[in-house]
Amino acid sequence: MRSLIRRHPLERKAAAQSKNLRAPRDPAPSKWHYRYQRWMLTPGVRTAVRVGSPVAVIAIIASLWLSSDNNRALIGEKYASVKASLQQRPEFIMTEFNITGADPQTTADIAGILPVEFPVSSFDLDMEELRETVEQLYAIKSARVRVGENGLLDVDVTPRIAVAVWRDRNVLRLIDADGIIAGIIEERAERRDLPLIAGDGAFENIDEALTLFQTAEPLRERVRGLVRMGDRRWDLVLDRGQRLLLPADNPITALDRMIVLNDAQDMLDRDVAVVDMRNPKRAVLRMTAEAANAYRRVSDTGN
Amino acid sequence: MRDLYESQRAMRNMRKAAMQRGVVAILDVGTSKIACLVLRFDEAKPLDAEGVGSMAGQSSFRVIGAATTRSRGVRFGEVDAMQETERAIRTAVNAAQKMAQVRVDHVIACLSGARPRSYGLDGALDLEGGMVTEQDIAQVMASCDVPDYGDDREVLHAQPVNFALDNRSGMADPRGLVGNMLTTDMHMLTVDAVAVQNIFFCIKRCDLELAGLASSAYVSGMSSLVEDEQELGAACIDMGGGATGISVFMRKHMIYTDAVRMGGDHITSDISMGLQVPLATAERIKTFYGGVMATGMDDREMIEIGGNTGDWEHDRRTVSRAELIGIMRPRVEEILEEVRARLDAAGFEHLPSQKIVLTGGASQIPGLDGLATKILGQQVRLGRPLRVQGLPQAATGPAFAAAVGMTLFAANPQDEWWDFEIPADRNASRSFRRAVKWFKDNW
Repeated sequence: MRSLIRRHPLERKAAAQSKNLRAPRDPAPSKWHYRYQRWMLTPGVRTAVRVGSPVAVIAIIASLWLSSDNNRALIGEKYASVKASLQQRPEFIMTEFNITGADPQTTADIAGILPVEFPVSSFDLDMEELRETVEQLYAIKSARVRVGENGLLDVDVTPRIAVAVWRDRNVLRLIDADGIIAGIIEERAERRDLPLIAGDGAFENIDEALTLFQTAEPLRERVRGLVRMGDRRWDLVLDRGQRLLLPADNPITALDRMIVLNDAQDMLDRDVAVVDMRNPKRAVLRMTAEAANAYRRVSDTGN
Repeated sequence: MRDLYESQRAMRNMRKAAMQRGVVAILDVGTSKIACLVLRFDEAKPLDAEGVGSMAGQSSFRVIGAATTRSRGVRFGEVDAMQETERAIRTAVNAAQKMAQVRVDHVIACLSGARPRSYGLDGALDLEGGMVTEQDIAQVMASCDVPDYGDDREVLHAQPVNFALDNRSGMADPRGLVGNMLTTDMHMLTVDAVAVQNIFFCIKRCDLELAGLASSAYVSGMSSLVEDEQELGAACIDMGGGATGISVFMRKHMIYTDAVRMGGDHITSDISMGLQVPLATAERIKTFYGGVMATGMDDREMIEIGGNTGDWEHDRRTVSRAELIGIMRPRVEEILEEVRARLDAAGFEHLPSQKIVLTGGASQIPGLDGLATKILGQQVRLGRPLRVQGLPQAATGPAFAAAVGMTLFAANPQDEWWDFEIPADRNASRSFRRAVKWFKDNW
């Protein structure tokens, strides 16, 4: 506790002598000093002085220093150089692609298409842009690009899986299950395993075509391909120039009936050029010219 | 009575506001020193330990600032020179604030002089067999016939001391009990209105708000008397600088207060006159060598009383301690005899226990207890104020009994008259309700 009583006379004497024999000092604060003290002890003012004044001083100094263009430029340069030195550290340098999930041809294509000049800092790469570039390739369904370990730029691609070959005029294109072009082949022999489709709008109805091919599995050896007629219905083309004209509605049912008919009567092994299934109630056969002639001859002699 | 209710209620509201803010200052404006304590009120945290309770409910506050300064402009415990007192108060408050590092706006002050006068009041109310409600208590207190204490006086305390319901007496809280006749005894203390106004303005001029006013004799008793003394009956003699306060406690209530307008400063001035020394030297001699019981040894103990006139003979004067005691003792005896007379007039001898506790700055005179035993009776002891949390060691002496007592007064005040509800007949809406009740009862 502060005791403001000065009791000892010697002390007072010393004080009086030191101050040229003036009256002893009155410890009472003046009214305005008292008010000032109280004001300074107000919580808000205390906080303002304790926190506000250092902040203000720092802000003033900083703004004065920054008011010069040279200083601002200096800060910009410094920032840029520090940033560059950090980004060019060996830990961040990319040296090679690491492309996974694609066949060698596609891998070469990807490496060729990506606009990356090694070595490059990983900060300078726009991963999103790289990914979109890779995905522009026909053969790529989706891709993931990320900064891998040991300076490798990992490109993990999911290739499109071709399910059919589409003869588009003279070009053979590979079609995946989504009906999207997955590549181009030179000859049919390259992908003998895939069914062939043709005609306008064929690849847009690839689902139906695939179902039809599945349904036509018993005729597998004989199926040459499906032709989209008038972007409306399918023709199943077999070898020996046979055609099955399937209806626009329920072609699968029609094809099933056809197969059953074939199993029972080996119809397709006979000399039939066209089986017209477009009217589901009544299948119409067209025989080849020789067969028709022979039939006519036989009927004539029969009579 | 109306304005008293309002001013006291306003002070009470201010005290509540101060409690809510958590900081309140205690100002003991005495004749020889002005002490200021800054209290911080915390959340009361109850102690779980068995048998260890909070002492007198004082665990909820802490003294965070304390300062004391020589009082100026105060005589007999009353403000005598406004400017000087104001400066002294500013000094004390400023230093205490600095120590507490917090600004205080609300002050609870005490009055040591101002000619206190006690009145015992009683009132009765016919309950007609009903249950005692808050309203009935207000009514029975309003039914006390207040004596004509004079226009120039102000009521400082008015505490219900006792309630009696039919033939059962000594109740502290009769609410909810059933009976026919409720009577109450009340102790009312009046002081000079001018003294109250002066201290009020003095504090206002220091940019502070008065949040409570207490009699210093009463608060000294609260801090110096231990619980059983307060319960069984005891008197607290607060020997201050300019006035000696007397308060008699019984069943934890103050039942009588008086003040003798003599104190330690009179002893000092006696020494000053008797030894021809300045007051400051006399004060110093009194505190270092003073006493009231002379022994043979004291004849040989010579005290240099000094002086700085330049006259060698004058500056080398000595006086034996026996002579000093010879000067002091008659004045101390006079004070104690006056106290004895006041206690006799109040009927102190009828109390079951007649303990007398001496406290206050002047009670530190060596040998005072021996002298007081001769004058006041055998059951005399020297009292020191209760210990409160955070109080500096320098402020634990008996001189701070009133200041410490005021901290207790601030922390857990006793119910005063104005703390109860306003009686219905003083309140417009209530009186209408009462009229309705009367109709219901009688038709």
